[in-house]
Amino acid sequence: MSSPDDLTGPKQGLYEKRKGVYPKVVDGFFRRFKWAILAVTLAIYYATPWIRWDRGEYAPDQAVLVDLAHRRFYMFQIEIWPHEFYYVAGLLVMAGIGLFLVTSAVGRAWCGYACPQTVWTDMFQHVERFIDGDRNAQIKLAAAPWGAKKLAKRLSKWSVWLFIAFWTGGAWIMYFADAPTLVRDFWTGHAAPVAYATVGVLTAITFIFGGFMREQVCIYMCPWPRIQTAMLDEKSLIVTYKDWRGEPRTHGIKKALDTSLKTGDCIDCNQCVSVCPTGIDIREGPQIGCITCALCIDACDKVMAQIGRPRGLIDYCTLDDAGVEKAGGVGTPILKTLFRPRTLIYFGIWVSIGLAMLFTLGQRTRLDLSVQQDRNPVYVRLSDGSIRNNYTLKIRNMETRPRIVDVSIEGLPGGVVWDSEGSREFARQSINFPVAADSVAKVRLFIAAPAGGPEHAEFTISTRARTGDERGDSDAVMFERPETKDEESK
Amino acid sequence: MVDNKRIDEPTGTQTVGHEWDGIEELDTPMPRWWVLSYWACIIWAIAYVIVYPAIPLLNSASTGLWNWSSRGQLAQEMNVEAKRRAPITSALATIPVEQLEAKPELLKAAIEGGRAAFKVHCVQCHGSGAAWSMGYPNLNDDDWLWGGDLSTIHFTLTHGIRNPDHDETRQSQMPAFGGVLTPAEINSVVAHIRTISGQQKPSAASARGAILFATNCVACHSTDGKGLREFGAPNLTDQIWLYGGDADTIRATITKSRFGVMPRWNNRLDSVTIKMLAAYVHSLGGGEAPPPPLKVATNVQP
Repeated sequence: MSSPDDLTGPKQGLYEKRKGVYPKVVDGFFRRFKWAILAVTLAIYYATPWIRWDRGEYAPDQAVLVDLAHRRFYMFQIEIWPHEFYYVAGLLVMAGIGLFLVTSAVGRAWCGYACPQTVWTDMFQHVERFIDGDRNAQIKLAAAPWGAKKLAKRLSKWSVWLFIAFWTGGAWIMYFADAPTLVRDFWTGHAAPVAYATVGVLTAITFIFGGFMREQVCIYMCPWPRIQTAMLDEKSLIVTYKDWRGEPRTHGIKKALDTSLKTGDCIDCNQCVSVCPTGIDIREGPQIGCITCALCIDACDKVMAQIGRPRGLIDYCTLDDAGVEKAGGVGTPILKTLFRPRTLIYFGIWVSIGLAMLFTLGQRTRLDLSVQQDRNPVYVRLSDGSIRNNYTLKIRNMETRPRIVDVSIEGLPGGVVWDSEGSREFARQSINFPVAADSVAKVRLFIAAPAGGPEHAEFTISTRARTGDERGDSDAVMFERPETKDEESK
Repeated sequence: MVDNKRIDEPTGTQTVGHEWDGIEELDTPMPRWWVLSYWACIIWAIAYVIVYPAIPLLNSASTGLWNWSSRGQLAQEMNVEAKRRAPITSALATIPVEQLEAKPELLKAAIEGGRAAFKVHCVQCHGSGAAWSMGYPNLNDDDWLWGGDLSTIHFTLTHGIRNPDHDETRQSQMPAFGGVLTPAEINSVVAHIRTISGQQKPSAASARGAILFATNCVACHSTDGKGLREFGAPNLTDQIWLYGGDADTIRATITKSRFGVMPRWNNRLDSVTIKMLAAYVHSLGGGEAPPPPLKVATNVQP
């Protein structure tokens, strides 16, 4: 290691103290749009578990339920079993491609509008302004020494935050159990320990991330800004300070209104910085700290209106258009920016996956068979010389009612089938089992056939329910016989 | 290299001083809370060392404040499991084995328990699949020397076969005919046995053998050669052979006889495990229904 004296260049600290961010209240189109999204997303989040959906007596009546205990996932009329988890994987793929689509079209819209970190921070900041006052009051309070008044304000703010944070976790667990029952169990102390642990963890995370970490999460912890930054291109709409219009900056309204001076539109009022929830200066250009929440657009538009200049000094703009406008041209219309090959291809992929999943959802059978053949022993010779093979069947009845399922064998000459409760005397080529609603029946089958025949004979075991979906399922399986000895074949 | 450290113009951040074909790396300072979380991890690690066994000593390791050990945890989990299974175990302990089949849930539990016990106590001779190997019967098939209903299997398991130290054990002994019959006579008996089991066509030798069989063998194997389970005498007409059905093996069996032994388990295993094993063996595919109850003449008027 070289000593610090060896460094000829400038020195900087290894660690950086956090700069306080106290975003100022702002009103405008994007602020209202954000409020609307906040209201809609939170309403969906809190209300969904309470929607009821009648599935008959054998299945839960909660519209959206991730029943981890019984390994079922219910979403309105769709019921997904663990082996159908690829539908969930498909949804995740759709979510991924949806983000590609949104990012390539309108930049980091996810970060700015819909990300829970943004939504909850927004809510917490609203509480903060209500209790502490706006930006200047907050700065003053932060600098003030600890006293009764400051303590009272802090404690009241933190309790409201904690209340909100608690309901974040409290709503989350409703997706994993019957909501009304869980609420009752939760408050009477009878809920599963994991429910309390989940609420505790989510409360703590919401409280810390929304109340204290805020922009630090976006700038240092989240991988998503890095990925999104790589997905933007010259045609993506991003929040842009139009420096060709704003520069050179003047200071104050008076100079700006003085027509004799050659000035840009920016009066350096710093409103765009004051309202920024991540504390950046958008005038420095696109940067990783910008979550494209567009609040600086609202702030700047208001100032432009006051000094009589056209709105949009800070505005959504693509890099391509920035070049065109700088040269004095007119940018591409917004629709043309949105509908371009890249976004259309993303949209096409997104829609195809969705349609393909809907199609397969409509086509899937609700009866499933899987057969496992005993491998030890592979075959059993019976006293009359015939050969028996043993199989374990798993019959999934995925309908929410009990059904009787016929199991039959085809393509095995002389073959008969019986189960552990039957006997060979009464064995036939088919057998039936009752399978309970929405469950798997595991049955052991004995299948016997004459000794004469191929060493490995392929045949079919098929299942079909007597009620409901008429389509059954079948599996091609092997029937194994002992090796034919040379002397016998002679 | 470190000489090249400089402040990068657009970001205002210092570079690390390395440069690759004009590409430089920024040395962005970490946020201070990051350092705090790093310290928190160190404190956590120290606490872990104090609370859990961590420091290697000569013969063992430090025990830690909480006295935790993986063995202790296993013992605790086994305790919990034993408690969970207690209702099944106590039900199996009290139920007579002949009534087990009337309780499907209990039978299912017994079969699963037997599956596990079989892999510990029985596989050494019978193999993990309970399939045949010379002298050790196939427990999957429908042929039984001493009987294949649940109670009979249970009896065989409990008392064993040909245990010298036990009065109730299954007992029978086939004489060695090597000194009784001449080799030619034995060959005739072999021919007869292979004829009644359908392995060869009747011949002059088999006819001679049939006469010898009638005088020497029917007491145990019965006149039709189908054996008698009271003596554990095998059915000689079927396709299943404990030692082998070829002429040489049958000849060896008649000449020298056989004396297969199975240990009794009532002095090694508890009654619950033996019931479980019986249920498991019965479930393998050859299990027989219980024999019809003996008709007792009742002239007692109700």
